[in-house]
Amino acid sequence: MTGNVAVVGGGIAGLETAVRLKALGWNPIIIEKSSSLGGHVAEWNCLFPDLAPADKLVKELVDAADGIEIHTDTEIASIFYTRKSYSIVLSDGSRFMCDSLVLATGFSLFQAEKKEEYGYGIYDHVITNRDLELWFNTGSDERVPSDPKAIGFVHCVGSRDIKAGNTQCSKVCCITAIKQAIELKEKFPKAEIYCFYMDLRLFGRKYEDFYIRAQRDMGIHFIRGRVSEVSETIDGRVFVKAEDTLSGKPLRVSLDLLVLMAGIVCNRENTTLAESISVQTDEDGFFRSRDNITHITESDRPGVFFAGTCTGPKTIPETLAEARSAAISVDAYLKSLK
Amino acid sequence: MDFGFSLSPSSAVNLDRTDMSLYEMLCDREPTARTCIGCGSCSATCTASAISGMSVRKVLLGIQRGQYREVEKMLSHCMLCGKCTMVCPRGVNTRHLILELCRLYGNSEGEL
Repeated sequence: MTGNVAVVGGGIAGLETAVRLKALGWNPIIIEKSSSLGGHVAEWNCLFPDLAPADKLVKELVDAADGIEIHTDTEIASIFYTRKSYSIVLSDGSRFMCDSLVLATGFSLFQAEKKEEYGYGIYDHVITNRDLELWFNTGSDERVPSDPKAIGFVHCVGSRDIKAGNTQCSKVCCITAIKQAIELKEKFPKAEIYCFYMDLRLFGRKYEDFYIRAQRDMGIHFIRGRVSEVSETIDGRVFVKAEDTLSGKPLRVSLDLLVLMAGIVCNRENTTLAESISVQTDEDGFFRSRDNITHITESDRPGVFFAGTCTGPKTIPETLAEARSAAISVDAYLKSLK
Repeated sequence: MDFGFSLSPSSAVNLDRTDMSLYEMLCDREPTARTCIGCGSCSATCTASAISGMSVRKVLLGIQRGQYREVEKMLSHCMLCGKCTMVCPRGVNTRHLILELCRLYGNSEGEL
């Protein structure tokens, strides 16, 4: 055996798995399709619930991965299973044998323009949660006005939406919306901020405290009702229609900025990858774990493991914990081959 | 002239035109008012609710939606028994909230 483990994906799950595998004495090889490491987290500005900087986390992981073989701008060109090991050819022309595979292919952010009624890409002041984080990082986005009087957040964009093809709750958007609403209120104290939600799912420790802080200390308004349609006013503002379901009345408000909380959907490339190594994806496009309670990081196929959001929406601590768990499972598997 | 039909005023709430000053004054006097999550525990336990429609949840929402008349009517049925304060999971001081709101209505000299 070679002791090589192919880690597909250089986001936080792939990096953490590789670092742990290296520490356990194996030789992880990271294959990352984009030109940089850190995945979605590298695009984020700061993280709930303590507003920790995202770049610090990514830098720590990338630094820890020093010495690990990493192929960026690279995809798997072909993969064959022969005599208990995998023969892999990469798009950069390199090839190697490995005994195990960890799929850490992550998720895709829902394409907000698919919900045409919200006007993303059509109206001047409609952005996504990701756009807002990029704006926090760079400060440049023409869609964000310099002195907004009213800002809205739409929860569940592309989540819990059968017609959008995603029945799952994306799990992290409620708390992200609250985080971003608080950050915007701090930047624009005079702006009224409205969050339009179906349910608020603040499941984690400190999340509810964050919600109370948004209500009590920041005066952010939470309106229970899904935004049905968005239009543009004659002066270029965003006009929102929803039902205030708690009072049972239709509600209208015009805003200077509307932020769409685009959800976590499956990485479409999972299907191709799954076919090439005979693992399963579920109907929602996420990889199918061997068991959803006890073996979330294991596939049905010996030697193939999962880490992070390729098996469903997860928070960062959950992703990191799963990456460590996957590394332990790989370690046990490789020892069993000896 | 009777055309056999009449126009109903829109029931829609337009937040652009809704005055939030009463709500803000109330929140200054009772800051826990902001933390209501609309769960309805207060209305469910309210002795006056079943016969009068009194609901602290609706009162709080009503003053954020400009429904001052409806709110005033609900307030008039409250007996200040405090059961709603006992059951509120967010610790909203509902009894004090109602008292302060009644004072604000009293001070408004019928302008609300």
